[in-house]
Amino acid sequence: MSSERPPVPFVVLAAIGVAFVVMPLVGLLSRAPWQTAVGDLGTPEAATALRLSIVVSLAATALALGLGVPLAWVYARVAFPGRDIVRALTTLPMILPPVVGGVALLFAFGRRGLFGPALDAIGIRLPFTTAGAILAATFVAMPFLVLTVEAGLRSMDRRYEDAARTLGAGRWLVFRRVTLPLIAPSVFAGAVLCWARALGEFGATITFAGNLPGTTQTLPLAVYIALETRPEVAIMLSLVLLAVALAILVVMRDRFLRAL
Amino acid sequence: MLKTKVAARLGTLDLDVAVDATPGEIVAVLGPNGAGKSTFLRAVSGLVPLDRGRVELDGVVLEDASGGIRVPPERRPIGVVFQDYLLFPHLSALENVAFGLRARGMTARQARDRAGSWLDRLGVSECADSRPLTLSGGQAQRVALARALAIDPRVLLLDEPLAALDASARGTVRRDLRRHLASFAGIRIVVTHDPLEAVTLADRLVILESGRVVQTGSSAEVTQRPRSRYVADLVGVNLFRGVATAGHVALPGGAVVHSADGVDGDVFATIHPRAVALHRTRPEGSPRNVWHGRASALDVQGDRVRVGVEGEMRIVAEITPAAVRDLGLAEGGEVWVSVKATEISVYPA
Repeated sequence: MSSERPPVPFVVLAAIGVAFVVMPLVGLLSRAPWQTAVGDLGTPEAATALRLSIVVSLAATALALGLGVPLAWVYARVAFPGRDIVRALTTLPMILPPVVGGVALLFAFGRRGLFGPALDAIGIRLPFTTAGAILAATFVAMPFLVLTVEAGLRSMDRRYEDAARTLGAGRWLVFRRVTLPLIAPSVFAGAVLCWARALGEFGATITFAGNLPGTTQTLPLAVYIALETRPEVAIMLSLVLLAVALAILVVMRDRFLRAL
Repeated sequence: MLKTKVAARLGTLDLDVAVDATPGEIVAVLGPNGAGKSTFLRAVSGLVPLDRGRVELDGVVLEDASGGIRVPPERRPIGVVFQDYLLFPHLSALENVAFGLRARGMTARQARDRAGSWLDRLGVSECADSRPLTLSGGQAQRVALARALAIDPRVLLLDEPLAALDASARGTVRRDLRRHLASFAGIRIVVTHDPLEAVTLADRLVILESGRVVQTGSSAEVTQRPRSRYVADLVGVNLFRGVATAGHVALPGGAVVHSADGVDGDVFATIHPRAVALHRTRPEGSPRNVWHGRASALDVQGDRVRVGVEGEMRIVAEITPAAVRDLGLAEGGEVWVSVKATEISVYPA
């Protein structure tokens, strides 16, 4: 720690930076209708959105785990030609404007999309269904999991895998009994980040899955709609999302609270 | 019997060695860091594919690069004790030992029983429920040994088994290890960079340098007749290579050494530093090997001083501190060197 006095312009700009982030949060808290909080959250549309959000975000996380952990393993362990390009493509949804993701999903899996009719033929309809909302959330959230797990795989001591193999374990058993437990912290961190992103998903969901209460209207969508009609409900739902974010910050403090 | 011919390129290392081992002996593969010792061990256990060569155990081919045969590591009857032991940190000591038994299809209960008796046999049953991180170096080594032996291998490979220990623990653990190695009936190969470890643990040494075997033999054979600068330095003798004709050994630098040994041709010559005499003036009398040089380094070792001399030939002498005083020796000072012909050992290269 340096004890030298920091330059004044830096301190001033840093303070403005903090205020810029904190002021909206203070604004939200100051307008919270604490007296009617329970009633506001208990309204049918709020409760429905809350329940749906939990289902969608957990399902998206499960889907991302099922596909993303093997994908991260392949990225970390298999040197195939074009790996960097494929990895860039699967990371794209992380930085792509979500609404663009939604449009892209629509033209891929929508009724008139490239693969839509084929899916329709086998009885799978995605747009404007809960499955569609899950797909949209997975699309934007999975890269967080893949990148985190890949980093974990790359930093683990691979000699443990060698040791397991000399003890008679085949590659699948090594993965299950040695690799996975050793990268468990990374898988957990990736899953939490992925879940948080899925929970907050708005743009891709509303574009691809629409805004149907009970089917695709998740918390962020409900907040947006309620702002017009019942702002106190919007505030309370926002506070729920804020509380979740804070809880994640606490759980993942090693990742976020310590300087890199 | 284990027969290996291992050729593999890994980064700057170009490994090409042939090492055989039988159940009756403990073989130490000794060499400096980067010589390819660990790569050899990983190749035998199947973790590194061979570019050329083959690995054969009791007549069964485990790998043949030209024949396209390659038994994966999990199906080779080879147990490995890795450097740093590599006990799985998320499992207890008992679960670590049971791992291989479970992987080979034993039920959880059987595996735990067997693992328990192995821990018992190695005297670490009290550690059964401990996580590896809480074990001392010596305990971790025994658990690692139990884990490797529990799968009932026919070959046991150990990679730097004492390197992870601090110096104070090394002596006891080395004695224990020797005892446990002696009680294992299979083929035993220890890889190490520590000559003391090699000499105390093994019956036969294989000296590896820059990916090649430079010498092999019992520790007595290797130390008495070094065939490389590396071994000569380990043993602490002066080693020269030259061409001998009728008792004259011509060295590449132009110097000639007279020896009493009657060997001709390409030879090694060793001179023990204690047989090298130093003088202030040119010595008179019988020694036929006399050279002139400058003291380049004085190195006190216990009650002796090792003096490096540069000149017609580089040689190290070992004399007493009193002799250093009498000679008025200082680094850079002129000095005459003499060695009796009978003190020079010459053998074919």
